[in-house]
Amino acid sequence: MNIFIYNGTFEGFLTAIFDAYEMKIVPDKIIPSETEYSLFPDNYYNIQPDKEKSDRVWNGLKKKISENTCKMIYTVFLSESAMEKQLYDFICKIFDTPYNIESNMGDANILNLRNMERKVHKEAVRMIEFIRFQKMADNIFFASISPAYDVIPLLIKHFEARFTDQKWIIYDLKRDYGIFYNLKETVQMTIPNLRVSHNSGQVSDEAKDIDENLFQSLWQDYFDSINIKERKNPKLQRQFMPARYWKFMPEKNRLR
Amino acid sequence: MEIAEKVKILSASAKYDVSCSSSGSNRPNTKGGLGNAVYAGICHSFTDDGRCIALLKTLLTNNCIYDCAYCINRKSNDIKRAAFTVKEIVDLTINFYRRNYIEGLFLSSGVMRNPDFTMQQLAQVAKELRTIHRFNGYIHLKAIPGASEESIRNAGFYADRLSVNIEIPSEQNLQKLAPEKNFKGILQPMNYLKTNILENKEDRRKFHKTPMFVPAGQSTQLIIGATPDSDLQILSLASGLYSGQNLKRVYYSAYLHVNTLESRLPALPEPPKVRENRLYQADWLLRLYGFGLNEIIDETHPNLDISVDPKLGFALRNPQLFPIDVNKADYEMIVRVPGIGIRSAKLIVLSRKFGKLGFEQLKKMGVVLKRAKYFIRCNELSANNIKDINPFQIRKELMSTTVLKRHADELQLKLF
Repeated sequence: MNIFIYNGTFEGFLTAIFDAYEMKIVPDKIIPSETEYSLFPDNYYNIQPDKEKSDRVWNGLKKKISENTCKMIYTVFLSESAMEKQLYDFICKIFDTPYNIESNMGDANILNLRNMERKVHKEAVRMIEFIRFQKMADNIFFASISPAYDVIPLLIKHFEARFTDQKWIIYDLKRDYGIFYNLKETVQMTIPNLRVSHNSGQVSDEAKDIDENLFQSLWQDYFDSINIKERKNPKLQRQFMPARYWKFMPEKNRLR
Repeated sequence: MEIAEKVKILSASAKYDVSCSSSGSNRPNTKGGLGNAVYAGICHSFTDDGRCIALLKTLLTNNCIYDCAYCINRKSNDIKRAAFTVKEIVDLTINFYRRNYIEGLFLSSGVMRNPDFTMQQLAQVAKELRTIHRFNGYIHLKAIPGASEESIRNAGFYADRLSVNIEIPSEQNLQKLAPEKNFKGILQPMNYLKTNILENKEDRRKFHKTPMFVPAGQSTQLIIGATPDSDLQILSLASGLYSGQNLKRVYYSAYLHVNTLESRLPALPEPPKVRENRLYQADWLLRLYGFGLNEIIDETHPNLDISVDPKLGFALRNPQLFPIDVNKADYEMIVRVPGIGIRSAKLIVLSRKFGKLGFEQLKKMGVVLKRAKYFIRCNELSANNIKDINPFQIRKELMSTTVLKRHADELQLKLF
């Protein structure tokens, strides 16, 4: 088997595709470096990420398919669900077919990618819905998240457009990195020794703005009062807001 | 009174207004401003009853000079009364918004002094949010029937959506239950808003700097099951409001017997939620699927079939139209098949030009074959379709038993 190992970045992945074309080798698997691989006699190719090569692949794609489908490729990549080989097959198909095949959902490969895109997109939408910021003493608004897919890159545009006059951090506790908007731009960062409760996503009381707990409790009061008891429907509630998001939401997690 | 107490009283007083949507407006953020509105709307939480929370929905005050039989806040009720100051409500909105709890504010109120005064108070809150705090999030205000056109117009330049609730679907029943209200009074602000929204759209096309006027349009609410009005009456009213008043949404609210001593209203043991759900489904078909009212409901069957959804009901009443060939039929017909939604209908039309589609592919596209299989033909031969099986048989197989049981529970006490 031909196994391509790349560094886990999108740039690295696109470089792997470039190299596959250049070396005329069809990879059986394309895996990020942290994946453990077996000891069977396989051919391993270590891909060195290369901006120029990845740009050539990306620009080539942009010429062949719509912006929407380019975005789909990136979104599926963020799923971290070993979809690289399927993406590779799709990209080969795009380059090798003289006409445009991007909307052929009759093709199982393409439909699979579309369905995965939908899942990742949905996770990003749920972050946009359910992220809860805490105001900290230094006036930065901080939110903990732990999404199923690596969706942070899909959140930047929305929150940059919305909260332009406040500094904010969205931090992925699972992947231990976050984004910080400093009133000018959004930068990626990792905070060493971050002191955040993994059960509630809350920063310590000392780090909070003095009114933070008051507004959380007012929000809880509102959440309780707006509910109609006679219409109780927990199944519907979970359908729209699955329980795995609850721990970082003050209205559903009253541990504080 | 403490702010927490006010939040509890005034949001509980607002909870029977079911609308909480934040859609229809794409108000952009401004330089140095706070927030924006997203056209599709965003829900930020879901209450234990499964309803979306998109907005801070509250009354300015639950003091009211009116005495409507169905309303928890009517003046003859002995309940705790409270009122927010403008500053309190503005602070709450801004602080909730900055924490990503909400998309904005939905402000309603009991009628204080007179309708015009009340309308001015609501507009004042919106004005402060927009001008002093440069807030560009979503604002939904109630348009109060009886307020002057000037006050309503003023509110419309700050709000994204205005709504007037009709509540009772027929004039004579409304008169009985809400003596201070009538259809004419309710339709007046609606018509006024409609004309002004249209004019504003036209102006905005011509002059770039024209301020937005109610960009997300109007909505209303109808109470279901409080009066003997039939589904036909309700849906005719709704479809008239969509075409005549250009309403964006009509909300249906299953009647809840809040004023237990009120003898003019029925003592339903449970709100008629199944009926409410069927009405929403019918409403969807009217607005998004291109159905005509007479395809869904008519004089001979003035109420929707509780046991099957209205689209399935349509297909069963019209077996001559089916089965259709998904590889050939028009989009309009594909979307009429039970079990095929708008998304999968679009995928089918996009994909079939590359090759014929089979059942397995349809399934992966999200088609619910359990329902659709009776009404479609595709590349493969299907065993049993509506040509071979009697519609009554299909109905029996697809009937929702859980829904039927729930509906029976809702009706039970009513019969005794």
